[in-house]
Amino acid sequence: MNSEAGEGARPRRTIDVVNASLKRRYAKERRFRRLGATAVALGLAFVVLLFADIILKGYTAFQQTYIQIPVSFPAEAIDPEGTRDPEVIGDANYMAFIREGLRGLFPEVTQRRDKRQLKGLISVGAAQLVRERVLADPSLIGSTQALWILADDDIDMLVKGHIDRHAPEGARRVSDQVIGWVDRLEAQGRVAKRFNTIFFTHGTSREPELAGIAGALMGSFYTLLLTLILSFPIGVGAAIYLEEFAPKNRWTDLIEVNINNLAAVPSIVFGLLGLAVFIGFFGVPRSTPLVAALVLTLMTLPTVIISSRAALKSVPPSIREAALGVGASPLQTQLHHVLPLAMPGMLTGTILGMAQALGETAPLLMIGMIAFIVDIPGGFTDSATVLPVQIFLWADSPERGFVERTSAAIIVLLAFLFVMNLAAVLLRRRFERRW
Amino acid sequence: MSTMAEVIEPTAGTISAADLASSQHSRATVGDVTVADPRMTCRGVDVWYGAKQAIKGVSLDIGKHEVVSMIGPSGCGKSTFLRCLNRMNDTIDGCRVTGSIKLDDVDIYDAGLDPVPLRAQVGMVFQKPNPFPKSIYENIAYGPRIHGLTNNKAELDDLVETSLRKAGLWEEVKDRLDQPGTGLSGGQQQRLCIARTIAVSPEVILMDEPCSALDPIATAIIEELIDELREHYSIAIVTHSMQQAARVSQRTAYFHLGDLIEVGETNDIFTNPKHKLTEDYITGRFG
Repeated sequence: MNSEAGEGARPRRTIDVVNASLKRRYAKERRFRRLGATAVALGLAFVVLLFADIILKGYTAFQQTYIQIPVSFPAEAIDPEGTRDPEVIGDANYMAFIREGLRGLFPEVTQRRDKRQLKGLISVGAAQLVRERVLADPSLIGSTQALWILADDDIDMLVKGHIDRHAPEGARRVSDQVIGWVDRLEAQGRVAKRFNTIFFTHGTSREPELAGIAGALMGSFYTLLLTLILSFPIGVGAAIYLEEFAPKNRWTDLIEVNINNLAAVPSIVFGLLGLAVFIGFFGVPRSTPLVAALVLTLMTLPTVIISSRAALKSVPPSIREAALGVGASPLQTQLHHVLPLAMPGMLTGTILGMAQALGETAPLLMIGMIAFIVDIPGGFTDSATVLPVQIFLWADSPERGFVERTSAAIIVLLAFLFVMNLAAVLLRRRFERRW
Repeated sequence: MSTMAEVIEPTAGTISAADLASSQHSRATVGDVTVADPRMTCRGVDVWYGAKQAIKGVSLDIGKHEVVSMIGPSGCGKSTFLRCLNRMNDTIDGCRVTGSIKLDDVDIYDAGLDPVPLRAQVGMVFQKPNPFPKSIYENIAYGPRIHGLTNNKAELDDLVETSLRKAGLWEEVKDRLDQPGTGLSGGQQQRLCIARTIAVSPEVILMDEPCSALDPIATAIIEELIDELREHYSIAIVTHSMQQAARVSQRTAYFHLGDLIEVGETNDIFTNPKHKLTEDYITGRFG
């Protein structure tokens, strides 16, 4: 390294020293680049693996098996008086009609045990779906229709190939006899996979074929809406006060440190807090979007405040000076000049906070969102569940039908998160630094 | 610190001992700090940033229809002093101002005085052009609008035009008033900022190195503008360029390490400085 001139050896020029070390320096750089590229590749590989797994498992849930059965609606059984009174029509035993039609397809089935197996081909919820159909169109009464009837989840799994036909009969959920029936129906063209509207229009259910995410989606929607309404004004207000108006002293330092710490508090702690304070002390009804939003507001507030403060900090002080210099009051300076410039950054932070809230599960388990709720919530104080908790519940269910529904629900959740993050990125791009 | 700071010249001028009572550590100012017809009078102004004193007992008058330039090496406190004159220093944490600064015989640091109307009376042009990221029209109209200076749109339009004309910018921008002010060139932006300041009809305009970010041509235009503005306003300008001070100002104040060393007619200061520090600075021995 050190080339002392005049020590006998000829003095080395700087350029020689530089050239000598150049190769080593470049090798180091190449190593570093390779390391970085490997890290990125590994990360990407895991993401691809995750997405591939979820999508491969979940995409089949967007289709649902239906069986075409000729169902007759005898007028004397449904509406003997001919009043077309919805209550009378609704009281009829539609399951009996469906079973009748099914038995018509398999006249050879006479044994009581076999009859029960035959009945198992269709979903227990099929009668309700048919009832709704007749109520919507009473002219069906007295006619015979070839209706597509919702199949049971075991049949659905069999048709989708999720049940191994070569396994010993006792080890699978459908018997050889049922497989024979389904094959026969398929040969007749009476089995079809159609788009699974139930998944998007129904609440959850014990039966996979009747389970949907509409309830969880609405729950998430109400929760997020209220979280946004609460956390955005509070967070932005706190950020503006702390950044622009608060005196810089020990107290504001303490507050700042605490806000940063709150952002790192495990979310389950917020759940416990919500349970103790909101439900225990204030008596907010449990497992409602209201209490969930309160807890998630606590959780997202630090994120919103921190990002809003960063957005305010990034507005150049010269803008504030310009406004103050023409005699704007501090509040006018904020509202007319600083806030509009900081808003994109604040919105970006808020959207990211909302995305975090949308995916949050743990604290909601503590405040009763884990309850099994079939009804789709219609407001902030209805019992509800949210998407991630729904995923958690379904993942816990043993039926094979719930495996694909779990993945499908994850796909829906990820789609929402993706859209929200995209919105944040677009906002940032669109409004980036105009001064 | 430098040893030449020990060279203290005898006091000249007519400030009373009481005026200087609060600033024992300051060096006395050479030259007459007062003028016959002052707009602003500053007496014994001290400024602290926390524990550090940035301005030491400075007394200076700013007369009507005159341009006072403040020169001195970096960190000498000239900008700090300028920012005291419209209480812009209020926004800096830990900044404390004592002494008396009066605008038309009203103490602007009086506890009951609101800095917001003060800044409408004492406008400021900053070192870096800082137009609002809004249209040219909005840049000018903002001040009059928040102060309610005009009664209707036509009056506001007039005021915008007058202000832009006074700043010599009207002809260049009259066809694109709705375009963003940030899209103008540096010199145009600075004139836009001057027009914005004029629009609220201040009595005093403070300029903090208004040309330091501009090229020589834009600088020449602004200097010419400053000379025209003198007719209506009192102007205090901080500048790093001694040539600029010589060109635009009637009086010059030389600051050194928080002290106001010497004040006088600009011609006298540049041709016949009395204080050694002033002479050294002007002749380029340091600074």
